[in-house]
Amino acid sequence: MKQLVIISGKGGTGKTTITAGISSLAENSIIADCDVDAPNLHLLLEPEVIETFDFHGMDIANIDDEKCSGCNLCIENCNFNAIFTDHSINSCKCEGCGVCEYVCPENAITMIDNPSGTVFSSTTRYGPMVHAELFIGEEASGKLVTSVKEHALSLARENDSDLVIYDGPPGTGCPVIATITGADLALIVTEPSVSGIHDLERIIKVTDHFGIPAIVCINKYNINEENTKQIEISCEENGIMVAGKLPYDTIPNRAMIGKKTVIEYADNEFSDNLKSIWRTVKAELDATS
Amino acid sequence: MKIAIASGKGGTGKTTVAVNLSLSLQDAQLLDCDVEEPNCNLFLKREMEPITEVTTVIPEILEENCTYCKKCSDFCRFNAIATLPNKIMTFPALCHSCGGCMMVCPEGAIQECEIVTGIIRKSTTKDQTGPELYEGLLDIGQTMASPVIGKVKKYIDPTRTAIIDAPPGTACPVLTTLEDVDYCILVTEPTPFGLHDLKLAVEVARVLNIPHGILINRSGSGDDSVEKYCADEGIEVLMKIPQDTRIARLYSEGIPFVEEMEEWKEKFMQLYISIKDRYGRSEKA
Repeated sequence: MKQLVIISGKGGTGKTTITAGISSLAENSIIADCDVDAPNLHLLLEPEVIETFDFHGMDIANIDDEKCSGCNLCIENCNFNAIFTDHSINSCKCEGCGVCEYVCPENAITMIDNPSGTVFSSTTRYGPMVHAELFIGEEASGKLVTSVKEHALSLARENDSDLVIYDGPPGTGCPVIATITGADLALIVTEPSVSGIHDLERIIKVTDHFGIPAIVCINKYNINEENTKQIEISCEENGIMVAGKLPYDTIPNRAMIGKKTVIEYADNEFSDNLKSIWRTVKAELDATS
Repeated sequence: MKIAIASGKGGTGKTTVAVNLSLSLQDAQLLDCDVEEPNCNLFLKREMEPITEVTTVIPEILEENCTYCKKCSDFCRFNAIATLPNKIMTFPALCHSCGGCMMVCPEGAIQECEIVTGIIRKSTTKDQTGPELYEGLLDIGQTMASPVIGKVKKYIDPTRTAIIDAPPGTACPVLTTLEDVDYCILVTEPTPFGLHDLKLAVEVARVLNIPHGILINRSGSGDDSVEKYCADEGIEVLMKIPQDTRIARLYSEGIPFVEEMEEWKEKFMQLYISIKDRYGRSEKA
């Protein structure tokens, strides 16, 4: 079983459009949406939820007013400024480290369980899908990504699947690192803009750092063909294959409004190019040991 | 006043709005708080100088004092310390710098070790025109964005207008960015993805009790579901930037579109004045 992650270093490049398209081309695969902050894949694949799992991030401090003597040792020792002067907890800032509980001489502080999201196991017209929702303001998104991946991998083993496809989160931080860990291949989606090129360089540093083989796909290539050329040259210099290019088109938006993947929506240059990109990605995946 | 530009997700045009709005104002500060991918300067192309490093403290074990009692690794809720029968290991990438391990060690075998997690940069005073730009940059492989964001925001001058480019998402980095701002412009696009993420962004603004309005980017490229939602929820649509290949091309070249399409400067200025008149605090001299 192979694991493919689709990432981009930033949002809005077309990761979800491409993930959904590839999901409708891949056979015997499991689909997982690791963009737990702002998941969108479910809008195209319309999953039917079979099972839900509560996600618990870090515990959170709770202060018992009755026992609190107001000594302020908790406030003084909290490195996250998570305790207000009235000894209530700022739940956004509390990292759940337990230092306040340790220093409290009155045993007024306990660390309590903090539900911070939900993981869903679902079925779609293209096979099983795992996705999640993080509650507003909750961090621990790296941990939630790991939970999504664990559910996806166990589904893949149960179903004897050949492939797990992960729609990655934007950026280069904790959730992205959690997503790419253990992947056989990263398909990096980029666009030929100065910011696209800059983000591509950063995300390649991340995949390099974690030793994940990467392959690039250029979306909206015809918006700036000079920059597209530059990306192709720089990829060649760095020994990274460009799997293909997709045109700037209204098709992804029109397909999205119809709740279809670009492959289902129509046969056109966009879907043809994506099919060819998928063949290249598949060959690369097959070549990984 | 402090105006944040947020969107719940990436790629909607936050940076485009932040850069073009700040260029349309006189004497604004622009703070790039998307510390994982600070992109404002790709458009402003200013000479930047580092002004401070963001550091954090992680444990360093003095093995000659360690008795492998496991108190530190049992205390650490982030699995950043592992104690074996006669070996102890730390995993700095997992450490949240709470300091608990140092407190619980009975042998004084753990000392503080300072590491750099990011830097703050500022546009040099040589560039006198346009906004004063500050940006935070989280080092690759580091995960704690909020402390870097907090440090960028320390450079806000309360006597001036600050435009703050927020990171994507709805997690703590966004909340840290939006804390204490006077107004939030939520950028979206008129598609089902845009509407879905806009609803999350509105929820964040409501949780933080920040006045907010919507800016529709790439207007005309999708459907009218975003406008219907705004009408139903009583949220003001502040401005629409049309789907326009000229704007897309300028964006791809890294050129702020107000520089080539001057009429937009006046539109952004009007947008700012209308927000300031209603939500600006009286500024101290």
